[in-house]
Amino acid sequence: MVNPHWLVRNKGLLFLLPSLLLTAIFVYGFIGTSFFYSLTNWRTLAVDLSLRDPLWQTYTDMLAMPRFQADLRNTLVFTVLFIGLAVGIGLGLAILLDRQIAGRGFFRSAFLFPYALSFIVTGVVWRWIFNPETGINLFFDILGINQVLESAGMRPLSPGWTTDPEVVLSVNQVLAHALPGGATFQIEWGIPVALIPIAIAATWQLSGFVMAMYLGGLGGISRQVRDAARIDGAGEFRMYRSVIIPMLTPITISTAIILLHVSLKIFDLVFAMSGVGPGFATDVPAIFVFEMMFKAARYNLGAAASIVMLIASCLIIVPYLVHTFRSRET
Amino acid sequence: MSLKRGILWFTLGFALILYALPVYVMTINGFKDASSVSLATMWQLPGRASLGGFAEAWAMLSPNLRNSLVMVIPAALLSSIIGALNGYVFSKWRFRGSEVLFALLLFGFFIPYQAILLPLVRFLQWISVYGTLPGLVLTHVVYGISVTTLIFRNFYVNIPGSIVEAATVDGAGMVETFWRVMLPLSLPAFAVTLIFQFTNIWNDFLFGITVVPNPRAQPVTIALNNLSGSFSVDWNVVMAGAVIAALPTAVVYIGLGKFFVRGLVSGAIKA
Amino acid sequence: MRILKLLPLLLLAACQGASDQTDTEKQVEVFTWWTSGSEATALETVLDAYRGAYPEVDLINASVAGGGGSAARPILQTRLLGGNPPDSWQTHHGAELMEYYVNPDFVASLRDLYEAEGWYELFAPSLIDMVSRDGEPYLVILNLHRSNTLWYNKPLLAEHGVVIGDSLSLEELLGIAELLQSANIPAMCMGDTGIWATGIMFENTLVGTVGPERYLGLWDGTVSFTDPDVMAAIENYGRLLDYQNADHAALSWDQAAKKLGDGDCAFYSMGDWVYGELIQNGLEENVDFGWVAHPGSDGTFLLVTDGFTLAKGAPNPTEALELLRIMGDRVVQEDFNLIKGSICARTDCDRSRFGPYLQWSMDKYAEGAAVPTVIHGSAAPPAFQQALNDALTNFVVQRDPLAFAETLAREARAAGFGQ
Repeated sequence: MVNPHWLVRNKGLLFLLPSLLLTAIFVYGFIGTSFFYSLTNWRTLAVDLSLRDPLWQTYTDMLAMPRFQADLRNTLVFTVLFIGLAVGIGLGLAILLDRQIAGRGFFRSAFLFPYALSFIVTGVVWRWIFNPETGINLFFDILGINQVLESAGMRPLSPGWTTDPEVVLSVNQVLAHALPGGATFQIEWGIPVALIPIAIAATWQLSGFVMAMYLGGLGGISRQVRDAARIDGAGEFRMYRSVIIPMLTPITISTAIILLHVSLKIFDLVFAMSGVGPGFATDVPAIFVFEMMFKAARYNLGAAASIVMLIASCLIIVPYLVHTFRSRET
Repeated sequence: MSLKRGILWFTLGFALILYALPVYVMTINGFKDASSVSLATMWQLPGRASLGGFAEAWAMLSPNLRNSLVMVIPAALLSSIIGALNGYVFSKWRFRGSEVLFALLLFGFFIPYQAILLPLVRFLQWISVYGTLPGLVLTHVVYGISVTTLIFRNFYVNIPGSIVEAATVDGAGMVETFWRVMLPLSLPAFAVTLIFQFTNIWNDFLFGITVVPNPRAQPVTIALNNLSGSFSVDWNVVMAGAVIAALPTAVVYIGLGKFFVRGLVSGAIKA
Repeated sequence: MRILKLLPLLLLAACQGASDQTDTEKQVEVFTWWTSGSEATALETVLDAYRGAYPEVDLINASVAGGGGSAARPILQTRLLGGNPPDSWQTHHGAELMEYYVNPDFVASLRDLYEAEGWYELFAPSLIDMVSRDGEPYLVILNLHRSNTLWYNKPLLAEHGVVIGDSLSLEELLGIAELLQSANIPAMCMGDTGIWATGIMFENTLVGTVGPERYLGLWDGTVSFTDPDVMAAIENYGRLLDYQNADHAALSWDQAAKKLGDGDCAFYSMGDWVYGELIQNGLEENVDFGWVAHPGSDGTFLLVTDGFTLAKGAPNPTEALELLRIMGDRVVQEDFNLIKGSICARTDCDRSRFGPYLQWSMDKYAEGAAVPTVIHGSAAPPAFQQALNDALTNFVVQRDPLAFAETLAREARAAGFGQ
């Protein structure tokens, strides 16, 4: 028997029940199932849910794969490049628009517009723009940059963009000294040049969103604060740097979290722009998961990689959620 | 005009050009005919605008465009309505542990969907909606709940509790208050969630490609990717296809974008 | 709320969108990845033959664009896993057929069809073996491609005083490559946005260096990937990579074929689907382009096949069997292969209908040892195929032969056939 008083008191809970149930199944239940798959022998089209022996063998194999190591490196590098660029440019645009200016609404919409488009649509276009035979590289000829370089006896500029296998600023030497076992890495730890165009495309897509988030924050900073800063004799640049940007820290954090969860699971854009890239220079865990699960039928391996992705997200999201809700409840 | 203003305008103008470049490329190349489209002339305007690319792309993509529309409208509406109800409870009818439940629910917004993909596919197969648009609608509604709840909760928090109290004093129950008092006030929040969900779901690729394997039933993003991956299709058709696939969300933004920006600016998506 | 009243209607519309086929009509669904150019046209000749015979049946061509089955595989795989198979689908012979579809029990035996049509006499026994398990055949093969052909631009080589005979050794090829390099022409054409394209050059070099017997030994575990012969093959492959066009990573295999035709590079080690591509680009065989076996592989025929299955529990078995019967028809095979640029799987096709290259290929097939391709999934299980692709992706950039060989040896063990 359900106690009617309990129901009356918790009517709110009753309302939430369908959503909570769906979340329990579709989020928590499925994550548990994926984790279970990652521990099984299921690596062909024939479903085999017996547990592997040793249990963690799939994870051990995966972490030893040069491809997966490259994926981890790429995620790290891409995240840093992308968040740095998107936050920097988004903040810059917000500051430029943080004043009375004709066409403010127009600029705001124009910069936010890419956010409305799908990564597939823009990826298809960006693939053209970063085609080494044409695209941006044509500008080096059109603008005469290459002619100048050649007349100075230098090589003309024609970067390979997403087809360039080079990894610059390699830190393998450092790692070999700093980490026990650091010399066993099978890949170059550095910045894969091919990731740069992808970070640019992602920045183009999301910097407008960052701008909108900052504009919200800037709108909340009163005239008094600005005036007070000005009276202190601070120029505009210093006012932003030492007063306003520190005040925007909460927004920076929320924005960075949202961008982070975009970058950790980035899939469509890379899929449409370059695929795995030369020597896995643009491969990311999401593509690894997709290929292992839906092409090679190595279901346990794909599931294991997806669990690693989830853990990476949790490392950032869980402390954020806990912090946010703790500070709210007190 | 002062020098400072000049620099400001120059910077904004330059940024505008950079932001417009990809859209420029896809539009002008979409309007070229098959014989004049080439990588070497990708930045140049077409000699004569041709609709051939659009006609061909339309013929190939229109069934998928229809699939996307048929899927996105119920999915965006349903997830928004559920989000409104949840947000109402989480903001105005809190109970012990409701904040924890909210955090648990919100977690679903941040997970990489790869981690649920395989069980999801098998589950949908088990309940016999795999490979169908209703199955895809269900998927989008379920995984949309967390963010719509967040947006509505943040919106309702700013509505004074006294309004709800006044209604309950008048004898209205929880449901009645929601219908009579809250819902009429919720239009701005609905604008934000509907636009947000419309774009998210329209632009989705991962669920589309894994939940709906039949090319005839797939949403337009997957069809566009297939188009650009097949070597026999001319570039003008691919670019025209990109324009076509982008148009619905673009129209929504140009038409209703200011509501969305307003929502975003007022902190709609903040945990 | 008006919105709420509309909801059921919208959901209904969504449901209808998903199932707008009427069930009363007879139908049959065939799943392929042939969507572009000559492939699609060739497939149409087969489908038209069926439509002509059965105009009342709705033939659903569920082909998926995206080249080489890369987009098709995930779709087919999830459909099979979900118990929602098409009636018939495309696959290669050997390991791909066996591991993907026969072992998990997704396909039905075609023995009755083979017997009724007398195919046991009309297809080569070796070919029937490749599609059979325990005496039950599971595939109707439509065509045979040769993977180990070295194509070359005839006028370009003539310009540099080079004439290719009936055979070419690796040292001769490398000598010509040096010569061309001094004229700033890359000897080897390559377009490896799809990594399998460079994989073809690898497996051609592998079979050319170790010979057919030891090549087969790799797949039954009698030869290791760290064997000195295999190491030599990897070195040879690396030497060829040194001469490829600089923009290979930006090109697809067919764009590389265009480069060959344009004389921007001289040789292309690639399966004979390139032949159809070159012809389609308006080039003339023996005039604009020539061919020779990939160095060292004269007596070997690296075989790539395309065939169609019958799904176990196919929704429309009668119609599907009829479609398969038509695929095995002599005239249908001739018409199909003339467009596809491959040779018949049947042994009784009319040779005179085919051009010089395809006749050459027929002769080679008749005299040579046919060995399975690993790149197209016939020689080794799918998991190894993926691992090989990954190892190639690394090798092309890092060029570490030992790491490459060791990875392959390890993956072969993991896949259950290596030493």
